Formats: sequence, structure tokens, C-alpha cells
Amino acid sequence: MFRTLTLTAATALALTTGQAIAEGESHVHDYDFSFEGPFGSYDQMQLQRGLQIYTEVCSSCHGLEFVAFRTLHDEGGPALPEDQMRAYAEFYEVYDPEIDDYRLATPADKFPAVTSANAPDLSLMAKSRAGFHGPLGSGINQFVKGMGGAEYIASILAGYEEAPDCAPEDFDGYYNVAFASGGFPEECVDDHGHNMVPGSWIGMAQPLWGDDVEFADGHSTDIEHEAQDVAAFLMWTAEPKMMARKQAGLAGVILLIMLSVLLYLTNKRLWAPHKHKD
Amino acid sequence: MSGIPHDHYEPKTGIEKWLHTRLPIVGLVYDTLMLPTPKNLNWMWIWGIVLAFTLVLQIATGIVLVMHYTPHVDLAFASVEHIMRDVNGGHMIRYFHANGASLFFVAVYLHMFRGLYYGSYKAPREVTWIIGMLMYLMMMGTAFMGYVLPWGQMSFHGTAVITGLFGAIPFIGESIQTWLLGASAVGQPALNRFFSLHYLLPFVLLGLTIVHVWAFHTTGNNNPTGVEVRRTSKEDAAKDTLPFWPYFVIKDLFALAVVLAVFMAIVGFMPNYLGHPDNYVPANPLATPSHIVPEWYFLPFYAILRAFTADVWIVQLVNFVSFGIIDAKFFGVLAMFGAIAVMALAPWLDTSSVRSGRYRPMFKWWFALLAFDFMVLMWVGAMPTDGIYPYISLIAATYWFGYFLVLLPLLGVIEKPLPQPATIEDDFNAHYAPKAEADASAKSAE
Repeated sequence: MFRTLTLTAATALALTTGQAIAEGESHVHDYDFSFEGPFGSYDQMQLQRGLQIYTEVCSSCHGLEFVAFRTLHDEGGPALPEDQMRAYAEFYEVYDPEIDDYRLATPADKFPAVTSANAPDLSLMAKSRAGFHGPLGSGINQFVKGMGGAEYIASILAGYEEAPDCAPEDFDGYYNVAFASGGFPEECVDDHGHNMVPGSWIGMAQPLWGDDVEFADGHSTDIEHEAQDVAAFLMWTAEPKMMARKQAGLAGVILLIMLSVLLYLTNKRLWAPHKHKD
Repeated sequence: MSGIPHDHYEPKTGIEKWLHTRLPIVGLVYDTLMLPTPKNLNWMWIWGIVLAFTLVLQIATGIVLVMHYTPHVDLAFASVEHIMRDVNGGHMIRYFHANGASLFFVAVYLHMFRGLYYGSYKAPREVTWIIGMLMYLMMMGTAFMGYVLPWGQMSFHGTAVITGLFGAIPFIGESIQTWLLGASAVGQPALNRFFSLHYLLPFVLLGLTIVHVWAFHTTGNNNPTGVEVRRTSKEDAAKDTLPFWPYFVIKDLFALAVVLAVFMAIVGFMPNYLGHPDNYVPANPLATPSHIVPEWYFLPFYAILRAFTADVWIVQLVNFVSFGIIDAKFFGVLAMFGAIAVMALAPWLDTSSVRSGRYRPMFKWWFALLAFDFMVLMWVGAMPTDGIYPYISLIAATYWFGYFLVLLPLLGVIEKPLPQPATIEDDFNAHYAPKAEADASAKSAE
């Protein structure tokens, strides 16, 4: 196993060069998520808490157009009991082209698509924002530290700060230390063209402030915990089959290593007379 | 089929004879499998099997993906998500297919550099080499068109950039670009035809694979010494070779299992690592990603494309001489295709009488530098086009051309090769001494 992982590491490091580079400095914190690494798995309770935050906060603007309600019941996901999942679906109204009208959602329906023009869909956010590959575009942070889109989302949600003094009062957007690709006031760029402050100005107003929701299990609702819970949930919406995939990967690797050993011994035996070793 | 003398298939029973006089298919399979293969082949000779396996893997997974995919600009992205979420095992099939492309290129680059080091391209194997180059071009086309199909941001804007390269051809470029896209811009016609061709080309590749194998079965395999198998008699040939089955089949299968274990770990544990995250954003013609970066396997040639900017003197010279017809953009396109063309011409550019790099003391180092150069190009291809990077690209791209156009012809003349073993058997026995000799040397040591 270790050998395979080392080989994997060597191959992957050798291959990974084609990643984009973040424009400016930004602080993406390396959170410790339960689903990192080959053996990591989703924390079912965390996904349920994330679903609650999504429902009570994010869903007022953002959609999840690729996620079907029935998948909330799936093993390896939030795994809501079936009756809860059905009841949850009925909170939503979806447009049905057959009756040309809105009706209550059923488990087979998907979350409504984006409701606000400037709010991107969140289904795949955790996979589409995994590209802050450092250092030097080598992707080593993602590989060694397991940093990905979930870290990015949590960092953005917890990354709102008071705008720095250099910025004009009326500058468009909200200052966020983790956001790399937003607007940036010229006043905060020094003579050498370097940004004086990390991050940039994001269009989305701060969505989480701490104590935005109340968890039934009494879990902490400070902003860091909320940000991580919803980031974990969005990792699941982006990669709902991650548990099945890792299991298949592990089984495949073990079987192939066993096959390799058998073939190695066969090969050795087969060639022995010709290599004058018998 | 092979030029190396060996036993051929003899039909024995009545039914075998009946079939053999009508269709000698059993004989064809027998002769192919029993091909005498140099027994000193090392582990760099396993990539052919990996490539053959990967082609089959890509076709098999691709056929299943097509059953669930919709080639329509409004539905393609959602149909890929449907595969990832709703199709049984669909997420694994798609990740196998997407990462299979990377496995394909890892294997093909190692296969090509093996050929470049051991002189496999040299007479009489030029046709094998040229067919291989055609297959490589076809692979690149297939991979590029496959990347378009999910219709994400990189799919869309990458298509615009790559087809734009053809637009750089003077006078007729724009018409060619329109012809390729089926419209003046990337859209539904492009998606439809790329889908069609992405399904077709792998089968052409399969056909070329058969011709590729046919060609080297005719000449016999090269081997690490570059010394030919003795063909004076069946007995002599048998001393240099072993039949492909079972010796090399089992060896190759072992190597394949090891490679696939690594591949499986990537698919299972980090399937998106080699892809670009932006392709999980649906294509939006109005929002161009800040960095359009091709997949890793195109980066070396993408770097060469970008290396020749308008301020390089040779670009300015060519521009002047051609009365401005060849501008920097077109020069870049020519350089990119030229980089592959000079590689295809290696059999005629290499003047050395010695085939294997093992016995070429100077060539060895220049070859190592070429391999390093390739890695540098791959890295710099993903870097921005400001600061020091353009200089690195230019130096690395120049070395690529210098190696093929200057060093290969020159080295053959000035280099003094090392002595080669007389036969493959000698080389093999030097590694695996026969009993009698081993005993004798053990005794003399005492």
C-alpha cells in the first residue's frame, strides 16, 4: 500500500503542471475535513448541519440544480431518514413543464436552479474552485495537504474582514481575505505593482455571521464551524459518490497489488531457466 | 510474417487443415503470439502493452458514456452530471475515461522517449516510427475533442483558442477555422462534429495500432543493445530470442498490473487532480477564464507555440523575408507542428551508425537534456507569459529543435561510439551468466 502511494505520489507530482495560478495573494486556510485522504469519509452529522445552513441561509439566493432531493437519503451522504427526506422535498416548489405550473417537489425532483441572477449554482462549487494550486502551480498543496474546494469555500465564508484603510469608502463589493479574483482598488497597490493587502473585493455580502442557525445537536454555531459545515455539505453536493469511489479505489488497488505479486512470481519462475537461475 | 526465422503454425487435425486452407487465421494468431522477441528487452519495453490496454479501456468506457451523454450545448454539461450522479457506476466509468487519457499520454511519452534513446526509429524501423507519430497526432486530436464534450468553461474556451490556431494561417485560415467549427464561433455545430470525430478516431487509432504492430513484427523488435537478432538460422535466432508467448506476455502483464494499481489509486483517491477545476463550470461564452491552460499532456507543445513571440529575432526575420505573411502567431503554429515534424524525421536526421544510446557516450547526455527539456516545457507551458517565463520557453523550445536539427546529425559524425556486444545473447549472458561460466568465475575467484 505504502509503495503504491509513494508511486502515486511520484507519478502525480511528475505530471501535475497544468494548473492555474491565483491572481493575487489570498489566504485559503487548510481546514481539517473528515473526508480528506484515501480513507477519509463524510461526517454524516456535519453534512446534515451543512444542509440546514444551506436551507436557512444560502438557498435564499443560490440553487443546487444538479442535486436531486432523493440523494439526501443516500448512504455515504447526509443520509436523512426517508420520511424526513420526503418532508424536506415538500418545502420546495418546482416548475413542472407538463402542467405548466409550479407544484410541490417530490424526491425525484432536483433543488430549484439559481434564483438570483448573480448567485452561481452551488452544486459543483467545491470541485470548480479547487484550483489554488501552490506553490508555483505545482499542485503540491492539494496533493500533500489535501486542500481543495471545501477549504476554499470555508475560507471565503469565514474570510470577510473590515475593509483596509487604503481602500476608498465606496469601493464596490465586500473585502474578503480568501477571495483572489475580485475587484481590487488601485489605492491598495504599491509602487511595485504588488497588492498591499491579501484577498480582494467579492460581490457577495457576508452571508454567515455566527449563530445564523440553531443546531438540534447543540453543535457550535460560531462562524468557523458554520463555514466548515456548509463547505463539507457542498463538497458532498459536488462529489456525492466520493465514498463509493474511494471504496472501489481501495478494492481495486488491493486486488491489483495481489495480481502484481502473483504475476511477478509467475514471471520470475518462467524466466528462471533462461536466466540460468534454476 | 516476421523476418526472423522461427517455427510456423502447422495444422494437424482435419478441421485445422480444413480451416487453414480457407482462412489461415489460426496461423496468423499463432505467428503473432509466437514472434521471436529479443530476450534482453528491459522494462521500458512494456509501454506498448499499456497503450494497447488503455486504448481498449478508453473505447470500452467511452461506449458506455455515449449511452448516457447528450451532445447538445444546453444539455451536455447536465448529461455529464447525470452520468456522475444517476448512472450506476457512472462516476467510476467517467473518471476512468478522463484519467485514462492521462494514462494514455504518460505511456505514449515514455514509449516515444524509449524509442528515441534506443534508436528504435532507425532503419529498418522508420515506418513503425512514422505510423507511431501519426498515432500520436491522432491521439492528441481525439483527446482534445473529448475534452470539449463536457462543455465546461475550459472545453469551450480551449476550443476557441485551439481552433483559433488554424485561423492564424495566412489567407485561408479563417475559412479553415469556420470549416472546422461548422460556424464562425464555437457552438452547437462544433460540439456535434467533435462528438462524432471523438467516437470515430479511436477506431482509426485501433487500425493504425494493427499496422504499427505489423510493421515491427516484420522488422523484429529493437532491443536495448540495438544489435539485430541473428537471422542466419533458426538455431542462431533462437539463441537471441524467446517467443512473445508466454515470456513477454507474462512480463508485460506484470508491468501492466503495477501501472494499473497506480492508475486505480489516482482514479479512486484523486480523480480530479489532473483536470482543470474550471471545467466544472458550465460553458459561458461571455465569461472567459483568467487562465486558459490546456491539459498537462499538451503543455510541452503549447509552450513551444507560445515561445516564439514577435520580439524574437528569428520571428522578425521570417516575418520580414515572407513580406509579413508569416507573423508571430502563425510562426508559433508552425513551430508547434514543426516540433512534432522534426521528431518524425529523426530516422533521417540521426547520422549515427550505432542504434542504441547505450553505446553513444556523447548522445547519452544530450538525450538526458532533451528529456529534461521536455519536462521544462511541460512546466513552463502552464506558467504565465510574463517575467522570466518567456525566456525559459524560448530556450527550451530552441533546444528541442536544436537536438533534432543540429545535434542528431552532428553527433553521428563527431562521436566515437563504445564497443557493442556482438550478439543479443552475449548481452543477455553478461547479465545472467550461464551456469558453466558462473561456476568457472566463482572458482577463479577462489
